[in-house]
Parts: sequence; C-alpha cells; structure tokens
Amino acid sequence: MDTALDTTPLGHNVPLAERAYRIRRNALLMGEVQGQGYIGQALDIADVLAVSYFHAMKYRPEDPHWEERDRFLLSNGHYAIALYAALIEAGIVPAEELETYGSDDSRLPMSGMASYTPGMEMSGGSLGLGLSIAVGIGLGLKRKNSASRVYTLFSDGELDEGSVWEAIMSAAHYKLDNMIAIVDVNNQQADGPSTQVMAFEPLVDKLEAFGWFVQRVDGNDMDAVVAAFDAAKSHPEAKPRMIVCDTKMGKGVPFLEAREKNHFIRVDAHEWQLALDALDAGRTA
Amino acid sequence: MSTAANTTAKPRLKTSAMIASIAAEGQRTKPAPFGHALVELAKQRNEIVGMTADLAKYTDLHIFAQAYPDRFYQMGMAEQLLMGAASGMAHEGMMPFVTTYAVFASRRAYDFVHQTVAEENRNVKIACALPGLTSGYGPSHQAAEDLALFRAMPNMVVIDPCDAHEIEQVVPAMAAHNGPVYMRLLRGNVPLVLDEYDYKFELGKAKLLRDGAEVLVISSGIMTMRALELAQRLETDKVGVAVLHVPTIKPLDTETILREAARTGRMVVVAENHTVIGGLGEAVAGTLLRGGVAPVFRQIGLPDEFLKAGALPTLHDLYGISTDAMAASIKGWL
Repeated sequence: MDTALDTTPLGHNVPLAERAYRIRRNALLMGEVQGQGYIGQALDIADVLAVSYFHAMKYRPEDPHWEERDRFLLSNGHYAIALYAALIEAGIVPAEELETYGSDDSRLPMSGMASYTPGMEMSGGSLGLGLSIAVGIGLGLKRKNSASRVYTLFSDGELDEGSVWEAIMSAAHYKLDNMIAIVDVNNQQADGPSTQVMAFEPLVDKLEAFGWFVQRVDGNDMDAVVAAFDAAKSHPEAKPRMIVCDTKMGKGVPFLEAREKNHFIRVDAHEWQLALDALDAGRTA
Repeated sequence: MSTAANTTAKPRLKTSAMIASIAAEGQRTKPAPFGHALVELAKQRNEIVGMTADLAKYTDLHIFAQAYPDRFYQMGMAEQLLMGAASGMAHEGMMPFVTTYAVFASRRAYDFVHQTVAEENRNVKIACALPGLTSGYGPSHQAAEDLALFRAMPNMVVIDPCDAHEIEQVVPAMAAHNGPVYMRLLRGNVPLVLDEYDYKFELGKAKLLRDGAEVLVISSGIMTMRALELAQRLETDKVGVAVLHVPTIKPLDTETILREAARTGRMVVVAENHTVIGGLGEAVAGTLLRGGVAPVFRQIGLPDEFLKAGALPTLHDLYGISTDAMAASIKGWL
C-alpha cells in the first residue's frame, strides 16, 4: 500500500468512525517514522479523540489560541503521538509535519510540550500534572465569565499520583462544571496491569464520592462515547464531569490487540506496514 | 525539692520556634509589607489573584484575601495542586501570587513548579515564608536549600529581599517581569533598614550600600541587614567593611560583583542565609573564577547538615549567621 499522505481537506460531514480511522492511520505513520511510539495507547484512544475534536469541542484550526476555544489538556504526555494524529486531522497541525515526528527540530516531540506544538496546551511527560492545571484553567475561565470548557485526558496509571486526587477534590470544592476529564482505563502502566500495580477500583464510586458527575463507557464504542460527552456537557448539576473510558490497547489492529499486553508495545520494522494494512482491512470490513 | 529561691530565680526558657517575625527587639519594623504591597498593586492590576495552600495567615496573604475575597483562592493543604492550578490561572491570563512555606514550594512541589510553571514559562509569582533558617522547627520547616533548587530551574527569577522597604518594591517588580519569579518572603513585623540607605530595588541589580577598604561583604536577604550592623561595629575597630547587597540571586548581577571584587586588597566574604551548597556563595565563586578575579574568598552560610530545632537566635549563633558570629568570623580571617 502506498503510504504517501493524502492531505485533501475533509468536509464537515465526515463520519466520526472515519475520523477515528484517520487518527489511527496518522499515528501509525508517525510510529513508522521513528520505529517506535506509544502506539498501543494511540490506537486505544483514537475514538475518544475523534469525538473530542469532531463532535464535542469548539476550536478554530487556523487560530489555536482563539479565546473562545475549548481547552484540551494532554496530561499523559506520552500519548502525544495520538494527539498529534488528531491535531493533524483537525487541521491545527499541517499534515506535512507528520513525517518529522520525534526528529530533531520537529514541532512534534515524542512527549507533548506546550511550547512546541500548536494546540498543545500543557507540558506533560511527568504524570499527574494535568488535572491540577485544569483546575486553574477552570477557575480562570470562570473569572473571565467564559463559556469555554477545559477537557483533560489522563491515564488510569495517573490515578496512583496523589496530586490527581488533590485536583479531583478541589474541582468539586470549586464546583467546576466547566471541567470535563477523561480517564483512559486501558489497564496498562509501566510495570503491568494498572489494577495490579495499584488497585483503584471501584473508580466510579470513588469519583462520585469525591463529588463528580461520573459516567463509565466503552471508550471504543463510538456511540457510547458521543452520548457520554453530550451528557457531560449538558449535565445540570454544578459538578465537574468525569468520563471513565474502558479501552483496548492496539484497537483497530487485530494483531496488536492480541499481542501480549504491555505499556510499551513493541512493533518490529516490517510490522508498521502490516498494521496499516490491518487497519485498512478493518475500515472496509 | 523546690524552694522559693530557685523557683523565682529559674529563668523561663525561651523559644522562637513559632516566631512570626525575624525582627530583633527594638528594631524598626513594618507589618506585613508583602500583603499590603500586593493589595496596593492589585488596585491597578486586575489580573492579579492570590492563591495559597492553607497558609494565607502565615504568609501575609490574608491581607489580600480580606481586601479582595473574590480574587483569593484557597487551594487547601496541597502544594502540588497549588502550583499546577497557578499555572492554569496564568494560562488564562491571570497573574497568580502564590504563597506557602519555602520548604513546600521547593521540596514538595518542585516538579510541579519545574514543569507547569517554569517549563511552560507561566506568569506565576511564588512568594514563600520561612526561607533559609528562619524557623526553629527543625528541617521540616527550614528551607536551607531553596535558593539552590530554584536557581537550578530555567526561566525562574530568584529574589531574596532584605527588609520591608525592599519587599514593597519587589512586589511590583515581580509583576512587571513577564515570567515566573520566586521570592523569599519575610512575614509579620518585618525589619525596616534599607530606607536609611537611599535604596531602590532594581530587578537583576546588585547595590553597594556602603564602602570599605578591607572587606567586601556580598550578601542577600536578612544577611545584608546583619552585614550592615557588623560593618558599623568593625568601623570602631578601624576595619572598613563594604556591603554589596545582591537581592536578585538569578539573574545574577555578575558585572557589579566582578567590578567590586576586583578592587585590590579586599577580602571577599559572601554571607547567605542558605546552605553553602548552591546558593549565593557558590554563584559568586563561580562568577569570580570565570571572570578571572581571585581575591581572598570566604563563605558565611549554613553547613551541609540537617539543622537543629531550637530558638532562632541560638541557632543563628550556632551556625555563624548572627551579627556577632559573622563579626567574629571576619575578624578571625583578617
């Protein structure tokens, strides 16, 4: 298959499934550039990013600092490959930059940083930072009487960080109903399955007890994710909103889904093309 | 076996473990200069907000909270959240003045300051009470290494003011600088000294407060106050002591330091309320070495050890940073 980029702009009526496919494809192409990347996570979170950028959030691709935009914080900075894939699909980052991923002088470093990339609102990498920043942004938006929301994507492993719970407690204290957090429960972190590294369940009960409006969905079920984002936006209570997304590492590429689960999925040099082929096969199926 | 005689004679043990002011008895002071200066500045700058981690009353931020309750944010006893949320506020165009104790901002929240404030270059102003050895509580509250930690952080401006007169000028200067700043905060009744020296704070500038032919003391913070005292004392011994006050630890005014240190015949003594590792002393030493200036060089500072708990005057004598101890050290070196 020819992996040359198709940079034709997409119209507004592109189905979310197609957006998710293209985000996954962008991520695989970037992974191929470096021969590595957190591709398992990028594939698992692509559906959530498609809903975020093509259903839920307001932004102007040509003006990443537009004051009325919704803010999107990538707390799990190692998911940068996934967010770049979405930013490219959204037209915030030019598609030509895809092939610079992780290279010297690229605007797309392997870990997400605010000063490098248009549309990247925070510097992640050190896990557990995003929700605290989001609390400040949520408070700041309210000071400005802004109708914008702050979305924060973080990973289940970050639940181990005490600061995450500091932020969760304070968001409820300040009734930050402009705050929507998404936790990716793929049950993988550096040293093994997240629930074995540190038991965080029952997560919904905990978050509700902390004063949040909480939904738990299959993060790879597009309709369920759309419904959850809609409910998070329209929920009437003055509470911060959490969407717990159960996702599958490697989603969309069956041989990666089946691979022994690991925080950092190894992909051999010849397998990137196979992965792209498998993704395409799933698209037409 | 108590007797009337020894009960009346027994002196009451004094401790300054909970000291709210660094001022010596009888010293001229001003109450809460940081809090009042911030209230004044906030009249003109609507973007200023105050944020703290359960230490408003102990950092003079309560003055701001009373004046502007809707611009004050209590983040609870959570310093990491405090720094991250301040970054978020700055992201939205606010200018947060953030307070806690120096130990918590530097040691507990270091990564948050490093990543969410300094790396993102957010316009966050961090003002921390109990810098260096200004608490008798022991290492939990003694920030002997705060300057070393914040000096090592790119983008961070680091200021160690001497007295109330200076703090009043530092607060608007922090706001005028676009980027993160760390200020060592003196709280409560703060000594008033520099108003008698026709002194004006300028960010990044060292100022010669008095001249002298035998010794050049280079100092910051409360050590400048003490250097001025010892200079007066040594005058009676016919020892001329110059005092170069360096309130901005970073960026360091290397030009003025090199010029003053290059004047021949003077011993250079750096005096700092900080561990001798990584603070003003080593910053000056590096400056001199790189600048090819090699005077006789001595350091007055806290030792590389966990400091004791106790009464502050006792501890300052013990570790050589009281005026008496400094004077004795310098006489011994001459």
